[in-house]
Order: sequence, then C-alpha cells, then structure tokens
Amino acid sequence: MKPTDFKDPEYYHKVVDCQHACPAHTPVPEYIRQIAAGDYTSAYMINWDSNVFPGVLGRTCDRPCEPACRRGRVEEEPVAICRLKRVAADNKNADDVKALMPKGPFKSNGKKVALVGAGPASLTVARDLAPIGYEIHLFDELKAGGGFMRSQIPSFRLPEQVLNDEVNYILDLGIKQHFNHYVKSLKDLLAQDYDAVFVGSGAPLGRDLPDLPGRKEGGANIHIGINWLASVAFEHTSKIGKKVIVLGGGNTAMDCCRTSRRLGGEEVKVIVRSPFAEMKASPWEKEDAIHEDIPIIDNHVPKSFVVENGKLKGMMFEKVQAVYENGKRKLVPVGGPDVFFEADDVLCAIGQENSFPWIERDIAIEFDKWNMPVVNETTFQSTNKKVFFGGDAAFGPKNVITAVAHGHQAAISMHLFCMGMDLVADRPAPHVNLMHMKMGIHEWAYDSEVEPDLRYAVPQADKKLTLSNRMKEVELGFNLETGFKEAQRCLNCDVQTVFTESKCIECDACMDICPTACITFTENVETEEEMRKTLKAPATNLTQDILVSDLLPGTKRVMVKDENVCLHCGLCAERCPTSAWDMQKFFYNVTKAGKICQEPVLK
Amino acid sequence: MTYVRPKFRHPELPKNKLGYTLSYYEGALSTLCAGCGHDSISAAIVQSCYEMDIEPHKVAKLSGIGCSSKTPAYFLSNSHGFNSVHGRMPSVATGAYMANRDLIYFGVSGDGDTASIGMGQFVHAVRRNLKMVYVVMNNGCYGLTKGQDSATADLGSKSKAGSVNPFEGIDLCGLALELGANFVAQSFSGDKHQLTPLIKAAINHNGFALINVISPCVTFNNNPGSTKSYDYVRQHIQTTGMADFVPIAETIEANYNEGTHKKIQMHDGSFLTLNKLAQDWDPTDRMSAVNALHASRAKHEVLTGLIYLNAQGKDLHNVLNSAATPLNTLKEDVLCPGNDALKGINEEMR
Ligand SMILES: Cc1cc2nc3c(=O)[nH]c(=O)nc-3n(C[C@H](O)[C@H](O)[C@H](O)COP(=O)(O)OP(=O)(O)OC[C@H]3O[C@@H](n4cnc5c(N)ncnc54)[C@H](O)[C@@H]3O)c2cc1C
Ligand SMILES: Cc1ncc(C[n+]2csc(CCOP(=O)(O)OP(=O)(O)O)c2C)c(N)n1
Ligand code: SF4
Ligand code: SF4
Ligand code: SF4
Ligand SMILES: [Mg+2]
Repeated sequence: MKPTDFKDPEYYHKVVDCQHACPAHTPVPEYIRQIAAGDYTSAYMINWDSNVFPGVLGRTCDRPCEPACRRGRVEEEPVAICRLKRVAADNKNADDVKALMPKGPFKSNGKKVALVGAGPASLTVARDLAPIGYEIHLFDELKAGGGFMRSQIPSFRLPEQVLNDEVNYILDLGIKQHFNHYVKSLKDLLAQDYDAVFVGSGAPLGRDLPDLPGRKEGGANIHIGINWLASVAFEHTSKIGKKVIVLGGGNTAMDCCRTSRRLGGEEVKVIVRSPFAEMKASPWEKEDAIHEDIPIIDNHVPKSFVVENGKLKGMMFEKVQAVYENGKRKLVPVGGPDVFFEADDVLCAIGQENSFPWIERDIAIEFDKWNMPVVNETTFQSTNKKVFFGGDAAFGPKNVITAVAHGHQAAISMHLFCMGMDLVADRPAPHVNLMHMKMGIHEWAYDSEVEPDLRYAVPQADKKLTLSNRMKEVELGFNLETGFKEAQRCLNCDVQTVFTESKCIECDACMDICPTACITFTENVETEEEMRKTLKAPATNLTQDILVSDLLPGTKRVMVKDENVCLHCGLCAERCPTSAWDMQKFFYNVTKAGKICQEPVLK
Repeated sequence: MTYVRPKFRHPELPKNKLGYTLSYYEGALSTLCAGCGHDSISAAIVQSCYEMDIEPHKVAKLSGIGCSSKTPAYFLSNSHGFNSVHGRMPSVATGAYMANRDLIYFGVSGDGDTASIGMGQFVHAVRRNLKMVYVVMNNGCYGLTKGQDSATADLGSKSKAGSVNPFEGIDLCGLALELGANFVAQSFSGDKHQLTPLIKAAINHNGFALINVISPCVTFNNNPGSTKSYDYVRQHIQTTGMADFVPIAETIEANYNEGTHKKIQMHDGSFLTLNKLAQDWDPTDRMSAVNALHASRAKHEVLTGLIYLNAQGKDLHNVLNSAATPLNTLKEDVLCPGNDALKGINEEMR
C-alpha cells in the first residue's frame, strides 16, 4: 500500500469523528475541553462561530455527532455532546460574549443582498455577511426571526428567551428587517437592486391525507401538524380534545403529541405505519413522549376517519407487518379486522414538502421533476447565478444544523459572486493547525487519562409541572459538576497521533502498550482489504481509516494504525523512545465568508 | 500528569479456547524505559500464553534483580510470582519445582543476573534439567544500575560513555549446550514473529529450556559501537529458520516440505516444525549446533532461532523419582506414615 497522505487536512479531520459528522464541522473536542476548564464563554464562542445557535442547538440539535462519537465504540454510549453545548450556552458570560462578537456599524462594501425567510439558514448568511460590509435585507412572513425554530419547535424544548437572544445577536449586526412581509414574487425581488438573493424559505407544506374517507366530513377536527404547531406557538390555538391521535413517526409527530398533552389532551396516542424501531423520530424524542404517557402504536396504516353526525369519532386502521425483500421494506397486511381508535382530534404529522408558489418559472431557475430547484451541492447556487438556496429550501427538510452549514457555504458563494471571483476555484480551504502537546515526561497539554465512565442523564423537571404549562422547559440541563464529568468523557480525538517513520527504531513499544491494539508493524501488502485482515486486531470498521506509514528504515516493514478505537490516550507517544509518535492537537475550522477578505486566497 | 493505562480494550479482541482475550494475560503498566526491549519480550510471553490457552493461575513467574527481573510484574497479573535475590532465581525455581511439578515455571533473568552474579546458580539449573522456561533478557549491560558492561557484552563493544569492552563475552547458548541443555534458542526482542513460537515450544518442552533474547537497553546500550543496539542486531541478525509450534490436536500445515523443513516431535506428541534456512546444521545434533554457534560468532553474526532440541531428556523429577503430587496437596496420612513405619526405618539403620 502507498503511505497515507496525512498532510491532507481531511485525513485528521475524519479522525475527529464528531466534528466530521457535524454538518457545520463544529470543533467539538476543543469546546468540550473549554467546558471542562470552566471557560464557558470561549466554549460558547467556538460554537457560535461554527453553528451560530449554540443555545438552541444545545437543546434541539439532531446531533449527528453523537452516533459518530468514538466513545460509543468503546463504551456503551457516546459523549452527550449536544447537552454539553447547552452547558456552555447556559453558563457563558453574556457581556463577554457580546463583546467578542463583531459590532457594527460596519464599513459598507457597497453590496446589497436579500434573504427570503428568516430561519437558521438565512440568519447564518446574515451573520457571515453583515460584518464584511453587506447591506442585508431579511424578509419573513412571520412577525419575528427564527423560522421553524420559532414556529415549530415547542417552547417546552426551546424557551423563547434562548431563541430571542441568539436571533438578536444577528439582528443586532445591523440587519434590515422586513417581518410580516411575505415575498410574493422572486421576479420582483430580482428586479430590485440586490446583488444577490438567498432563498431560505424552508419546506413549509405539511402533508395531508386528502383522499382518506371522512377527511372532509371530519375536517374541523383534523389538523396538519406543522400548521397546528405554528398556531400554538403564535397563540392562536390553546386547546385540543381529550382524545388525540397523532399520525406519523417523525419528530414532528413527537412535538405534536407532547404539545397535545399540554393543551388538554388526556389520551394522546401516536399511531405509525412502520415498526417502532424504524420510526424517523430520534430515540430520545420517542423516550420523552413515552415518558409523558403517550403510547406509540406501530404497524398500523390509517384506513379512514370515522365521522358520526358531522363529528369526528375516531379512525380505522389496518394492521400490517414489515416484510423485507432485497433490502426493501414492504408493509403487508396481517389480516383480521381493521382496528378502531377513538379520537376527538387528529393531527397529521406525516411529513413536509417544499413549495415555491412565489418563484416564477421563467426567471432562469431550473426546477427538476420533483419540482425542486436545481442547486449546486458545493456552492448552493441555482441555475440563476444571482440566486442561492440553502436550508430546507435547497434539498428538502433536514434540520437546523444542516441549515446553518448551508448558510455558511452559501454566504461564501454569495461573497465570491459579488466580488467577481470563482465560486469553486476561489473557495477558501479550511483553517488547520497542528500543535505539539508534549509538556514533559508523562505530561501533556491535554488531559490524556481515559477512564470508564457511563454517560450522565440530563435531569428533567417534574412531569406535573411541565404538562400543565407548555412554556415550561422539560430538560433542566447539566449542572456544572455533572457537566464537568460528562466533558471528561471526551476522548480528545482532535489530539492526533502523528507518526514520523524516519525516527522509528521498531522497538515495538507503542504496539505493545496500545490498550486497544491499534498499532501493528507488518510487511506491506498490496491492498487495503488485505492489510485490514493482517492487523493485530481485525480492522473491520470500514468507515474508519487506517494510517499506513512509508517503509520503516530498519526492516522495511510498515507501521499501520487503525484509527477505529484509538483512545487518544497518548501512551504510544509516551512509550516511544524517539518521539516517532507525537501527540499533536489538530485544529480544523471551516473558513467563513468573513475570513476571505482578511486572508487573501492563495492561488 | 497522567500515566495510566486505560481499561478499555479493543471490542473485537478474539478469545482463546478458555474464553479469555489477550488482555487477561497482561500485567501492570511497565515502569521500564520507553523502548526497552524487555517490554517487547513481556508482550511475546503474554501472546504465547494466550495462544496456548494457558490458565494464568497455573504459571509461576520467578526472577532475580534487574530491569529484566522486574518484568514479571508487567505480564500475567493473574499468575504466581517470586521476585527473588540477585542471581538467586534458579534456587527459588528449584525449590518451587521440587515442591510442585504441576505449574509452568517462567524464570526471567538478565545477563547480569544470569552470567555475572548468578552464574553459579544458572549452571546447576541447566545441569539438573529443571523443567522450566528460562528467559534471559540479554542487553549486554547492567541496565538497572545504569549500564555497566555485563559478562555477555561482546569483546570490542563500545559503551555509551565511549569505553571499549576488553573482555570476551560469555555465550549463554554455547554454555548451555556444553552443560547438556536439551532446548536452546536465541532470539531478538524486536522480532516477535520468531520469539513467540519459540516461547510456546519452550513451555511445552519437558525439561530446561533456555531462550537467550537479545534485548536492547535503549537508555544505556543502544549507542553506535554497541553490539547489542537495535541497529547492530538488525544488521547482523542471521536466522537458523522460523520455528512453528504445532499443538497435539492440530495437523501440520500443508506447505510443509521435507527438504527445507524439519519436524521435531516433542515429548507429548506435539511438534515443532522448522523452516530451515541454514542447510548445513541439524538442530537435533548437539555438535552441529555448537558448530553453528561458533561459525556465526566468527562471522560477527547474531544467530537466532531454535539452535538445539532434544525432546527425549529426563527432567529433574524423573531423575530423582520424586513425588508426583504437589507437596501442598499431600495429606497428613501420606506425609506421616506413623509409628510402625518409623520403627521399620529405625530397624534398617541398626
Ligand atoms: C415540528 C418540527 C420540529 C422540529 N424540530 C427540530 C429540532 O428539534 N431540531 C432540529 O435541528 N430541527 C428541527 N426541525 C427542523 C428545522 O426546524 C428545520 O430544518 C430548519 O428550521 C430549516 O431551516 P431553514 O432556515 O431552511 O428554514 P425555516 O426554519 O423553515 O424557515 C423558513 C422561513 O421562511 C419563511 N418563508 C417561507 N416562504 C416565504 C416567503 N415567500 N416570504 C417570506 N417568508 C417566507 C417562513 O415563514 C419561515 O419562517 C423541526 C421541524 C419541525 C417541523
Ligand atoms: C546482591 C546484589 N548485588 C548487586 C546488586 C546491584 N544490581 C542490581 S541490578 C544489577 C545488574 C542487573 O543486570 P541485568 O541482570 O543484566 O539486568 P538488566 O537491568 O540489564 O535487565 C546489579 C548489579 C544487587 N541488587 N544485589
Ligand atoms: S493514543 Fe496511541 S496508545 Fe492510545 S489508543 Fe491511540 S494508538 Fe493506542
Ligand atoms: S515506540 Fe516509537 S520507536 Fe518504538 S516502534 Fe513505536 S514508533 Fe517506533
Ligand atoms: S535501563 Fe535499559 S534495561 Fe533498564 S529499563 Fe531502561 S532500557 Fe530497559
Ligand atoms: Mg542486562
């Protein structure tokens, strides 16, 4: 095999599993160390730079980082990365944080952009572009910024104050706000003097069951989940019937059922077509719903609404089971009579769609056969060079952190576009840095000790209290002591094992000491597949790279390290007599639009 | 400051026939210098015991004094151990073995511990053919006392301080052959592929098994000019052949070739197969082994691999015809045959 090119920043980036999995590539271990050190303000700022809404995300993020976390591969559960973010947000010094953020008025660069929708995607674009002199016009039909974070995510998961604070950090950068303003025509907007337009209008259309018998007749008590949640959030709805059926198995269904419990729903059920294990909702959302006495009934397909005398009585369902053919799932009826469930109200939380009635089809924006705009996955530019898409509007409904990641990239593209630069060739490389961690014998500039310690649970407020007040936040967050302990579970995956073959005398010390059998000295072979089988412990996790050295000076063998379960404990470097292994902190940060003008792009 | 070995292990570590993973055979975290060859030998011992499905409580580790003699703390935590006096490990081993022949005895010693202060003890252990594995972690110096030349330092080898050794080094393998040892091997700490099967065969040998392992002292004897440095050994290593230990239950692999391979049956029916690289030497012929050692020495080579094996020797218990039962399990009725028996013995003495 050829030696691994670890000079490519993506090699070590991939080793930092959480950061790599985070769509915005938040430098997770770096901020976790700062939490452990009690420096919540710095931890917050690292987050703010990357993901813009640490307080919101510390409560609501979909946490793609956690299934990726290395700790989950050596212990039962990953580090509670998401809830640690909240520790930083809850304990930051508000004044210090404000002082560290860019402060206007900023020197104008003469460019003006319009952002449609004030969700996380647009707000991220606004934050990245405002400090470098753009005049930013933000439009939303709602009365305040935040998009779905405001209209959909219920207050018992995300207190309004937390959202307001973080939205205001951005609006305070001198954003021209146009709330209560629905953009009716993109054509009109383009006709104005904007240098670029960003579409962050989300995926606002909730799916319905229009053809199900009884849908029309029972209409008064059948609601579209996301519309209903928005109407609760904006206080147009404050009650629901005692018996509620929520259809669907995603996070929207979980928010609908839990909100129902707070608005008078006593017998609230979630009824879903798929098997429980395959529901789209995150495991923790399902747990929280069950904890609030909401049964989840799986393998039931809705057949009809039962309406008597113009009043909804309930629904009929067909029982099915999942059958798998060639990896494809089919729901097959199990036979037997249909099942009836009573309901005063039904909430349909069976999915969302994009909808762009306000975008004309003759303005050079190409739409595909699913009626989605054709958007470049790197630049987020549409086929109309002036128009950029991001967030749920770009590729369909995802989540807040994805919307933020899109926003950063779209902002870069819009800036390059406005400056007349190339959107691909001139894209800035990530900021990377490798720093020695050795301080002395047995001493490292990071806490290298790794101890078994199971994940700590986040305490919750009393159910009696939370179910009686929809504004009362359920999760209490870690206190500082537990936050510290949870932070200590982080394995510091960004402190990299860096190998220099020319220094190695092949004493085997590193291989012998490595607790998790990561290191092997072996004859080189042709293919990676072969190599993975010859290692000290089989390297079966193909998502994890193996680091292959150049030929070693002594025996012409190679050193191979399987990154899979490396604990970043530093023992290999500690036991290496020649410093052929060194522990070096790898800092990787996605370059934001604001940095392009400060650090000229090298061509 | 941290220097603690994490408790986590690779989640997919294979298990041996007893259901143990390699980690069950580990010891405490080594306090030897980073890069010391001795640690690598410890790892080979761990590997061998794991592969041979040995129950750790059936092993006794015995040692003298020196960095090498400290290593029993760093492997097989679940075994018995006795860290004795400098050079006196063979006496303790003799006593232990006489008292209980059911354990596997691992004697671990250094070149100082064996060839200097312990020479008088070593030769008798060989001569008496104690059934034990005797590993010399040979670094050509007294590592623990800061690297003075030992009796195995080669003539002309240069110390870290620059002085040249004026004495001929003792060849422990040659000496053991001379004293009638039936299992003699030499290896290098930096070559676990060779060392591990040798240790496994030694464990299975019915008598005294010497493995002299060149094991660089990275701190005091790894300098240019030293003949026990990593570089020097790698440049001068010659291999008699790769040994493979084949337990009774297994069959010898298919690519076994009568011309280039030698198959030696051990006392219990297991085999040692040898991929012979040196054709002019017969590992079952003592004279031939002595010659091979001399020849390589004349060429300044470090000869490694199995040097000599005679699987048919009689170990000490068989020579003395002593009790087969471990003394600690002999009951009073056996140990104290009673007044009549005493009378009988006394009668014989009259
Ligand atoms: C019930 C529910 C719960 C969710 N919970 C979570 C969660 O816990 N964690 C998570 O990460 N994600 C969650 N999501 C998903 C998340 O809210 C979205 O993925 C994210 O907000 C998308 O951001 P965005 O910026 O693309 O658009 P959005 O947040 O959808 O914002 C779009 C905005 O554009 C406005 N708009 C649209 N068209 C126009 C127009 N023509 N003129 C003016 N304004 C317009 C809309 O009013 C809206 O405010 C949830 C979604 C739902 C439905
Ligand atoms: C009776 C006695 N004499 C001398 C010493 C001092 N001493 C300790 S270790 C050692 C030499 C050890 O050399 P070796 O056996 O080669 O072990 P190494 O440290 O090289 O592995 C000596 C002389 C001692 N501990 N006891
Ligand atoms: S840091 Fe080194 S010793 Fe520790 S687990 Fe990783 S490779 Fe092994
Ligand atoms: S400990 Fe250092 S010198 Fe020894 S084998 Fe490992 S990398 Fe090479
Ligand atoms: S002094 Fe030499 S023999 Fe002793 S531990 Fe250090 S390297 Fe090993
Ligand atoms: Mg020595």
